[in-house]
Amino acid sequence: MAKQKQDKQYLFDNPKNVKRLLYIVYAICLLLVLLEFVIHRHVYHSWEDIFAFYPIYGFVGCVVLVFVAKWMRIFLMRDEDYYDKLEKKQHPAPAEKDSANKTEEVKQAQGGNNVDA
Amino acid sequence: MWMPEMPAFAPFFIGALIALFTQGKLRQAILLITPVLSGLHLLTVPVGTVLSFDFIGFQLEVFEVDKLSLLFGYIFHIAAFICMLFALHVKDTLQQISGLLYAGSAVGAVFAGDLITLFVFWELLAVTSVFLIWATRTERSYLAGLRYLIIQVLSGVVLLVGIIFYAHEHNTIDFTKIGLSDTASWLIFIAFGVKCAFPMLHNWVTDAYPEATPTGTVFLSAFTTKVAVYALARAYPGTELLVYIGVTMACFPIFFAVIENDLRRVLSYSMINQIGFMVVGIGIGTTLAINGAVSHAFNDILFKGLLFMSMGAVLHMTGKIDGSRLGGLYKSMPKTAILCMIGAASISAFPLFSGFVSKSMVMSAALNNGYGWAWLLLLFSAAGVFHHAGIKIPYFAFFAHDSGIRTTEPPKNMLLAMTISAVLCIAIGVYPQALYSLLPYDTGYNPYDATHVLTQTQLLFFSALAFVWLNLKNMYPPELPSVNLDIDWLYRRLFPAILTPFFNTFWALDRAIRKSFMRGVNGVIGMVARHEPDGILSRTQLSGSMVIWVSILLAVFLILSFW
Repeated sequence: MAKQKQDKQYLFDNPKNVKRLLYIVYAICLLLVLLEFVIHRHVYHSWEDIFAFYPIYGFVGCVVLVFVAKWMRIFLMRDEDYYDKLEKKQHPAPAEKDSANKTEEVKQAQGGNNVDA
Repeated sequence: MWMPEMPAFAPFFIGALIALFTQGKLRQAILLITPVLSGLHLLTVPVGTVLSFDFIGFQLEVFEVDKLSLLFGYIFHIAAFICMLFALHVKDTLQQISGLLYAGSAVGAVFAGDLITLFVFWELLAVTSVFLIWATRTERSYLAGLRYLIIQVLSGVVLLVGIIFYAHEHNTIDFTKIGLSDTASWLIFIAFGVKCAFPMLHNWVTDAYPEATPTGTVFLSAFTTKVAVYALARAYPGTELLVYIGVTMACFPIFFAVIENDLRRVLSYSMINQIGFMVVGIGIGTTLAINGAVSHAFNDILFKGLLFMSMGAVLHMTGKIDGSRLGGLYKSMPKTAILCMIGAASISAFPLFSGFVSKSMVMSAALNNGYGWAWLLLLFSAAGVFHHAGIKIPYFAFFAHDSGIRTTEPPKNMLLAMTISAVLCIAIGVYPQALYSLLPYDTGYNPYDATHVLTQTQLLFFSALAFVWLNLKNMYPPELPSVNLDIDWLYRRLFPAILTPFFNTFWALDRAIRKSFMRGVNGVIGMVARHEPDGILSRTQLSGSMVIWVSILLAVFLILSFW
């Protein structure tokens, strides 16, 4: 991480550095596919015979994953306080009791008129 | 002083008791030194040690050591130490004591030689850990803790019923291979399944863990589910049903993880996904598969702990944990960011990181034993892990858009705990033989052959490429402040929605009936007790009428006496 004075210009504040990182990723991906020609993979599953099976599977798998998850949002996503709205209404006791206790404690601490204590 | 006869959980319970009566630095020292001393003691305990006594006609083996339990014993000690170190700055007696008791319960459970001892620690795990959730001291955590406790205790109750049936049918309570056959074995299986977060029974993990304290979640992530994995590995190896369950567990949570906003909840989903790999391994049941399952549990405790710690550090420093409210933290927490990325690389199973050397055993075992379909699905979820845990967690917390939050690195003890975990993750990845020598079986497995390294790297880099591509095309689902429905919707929304009106009418009816009855009673009392001139008790009666009534009574008595 670029340790420059206070404020401004960290490593990825410069869009060029982001670009560089992406090019590195692209280069490694290309290299990994090219390595298929050099390294002879052992094949255990019939699908593995396909050229560049793992890269294709990884890429397609993740894209499908994201699209399905995005689609799931349509019927699964609710407001942030979806459960809170209902549950806090039904169980207000602990919080109230807490504050009640607190005021009691405060009273006692301030030397309230509790004669027995 | 070093009695080999001492069960391994005892030091934790003694340590907790001493810690309870001490304060400040002394207590901190005790919290740290307890797992160390206990661990050193455990190193001297040989395989085959059994400590047992008679209890109402049953032979209780409270401490039975074999290679499987020893592996879990070691990792639980390491985890307890790391967790304690991570939580060292916390000045909360509740968390400190329950953390130590919780770790001790987990250690007790894995060395339980019989089912009754297992049950005791099974319940102790639930009761001691819930305080780590309640310690957040918010209404949300209070309710989440209650739900957690109910589910955990229910699991214990099912286990107890199963044990009673089992003891009745088999005339033994020895905790060995059970296998699915009769009712008893199914009940025990389901009890294990609850704690192991089987699909549909999984929701307590994602509900409760993100509500615990920043340090409490780290404890929670290490013990409960791994005890369940251990129990399954001991009692149900080679149960084919587990392959199906495990594959489901590995696959479905990653979809939820992609759209989840709370980053600790993302990790909870990812935890179910990792346990899925272990469950598949246990289901296949060969020596390689079991080795893979338990070594993955070992590694998961370390790297998932590391990820939970890094998110705990973020929460501790910023007070925020939602992806939508974080970003750009690498600027002020660079060390935490790097440590988090080491955890991410480990869980994604990059070569030279710990996940690589254990996950691959399960994958190979699936291929070798004719579970090609399972292998394909596991491969998909392995790519998905990298996507949601490997990239999403560090990306949205530390990079992405700059949230403008400027903070500092977390306290030194937190950094040190994370560093230890990170070093272990890399050490195991670089030199897996150290871990392999602890495994129950000797399979001579070597993870570092050219095919495996190449294919795994290809898979991961093209997953990363997919992430880059989707992000550049603006197709990646943004982090949104939201709640996603899961199974808990059933018991948090649907059941209350149905039952509340039902009970409301029931109580209303009940109230109405009692009210009308009370009205009747009050009417009678009123009639009797009225003190007005026409009230029953205030009327004036002639003394003559009393004489008549007495003579009538006597006459009736006389007539009756003739019969």
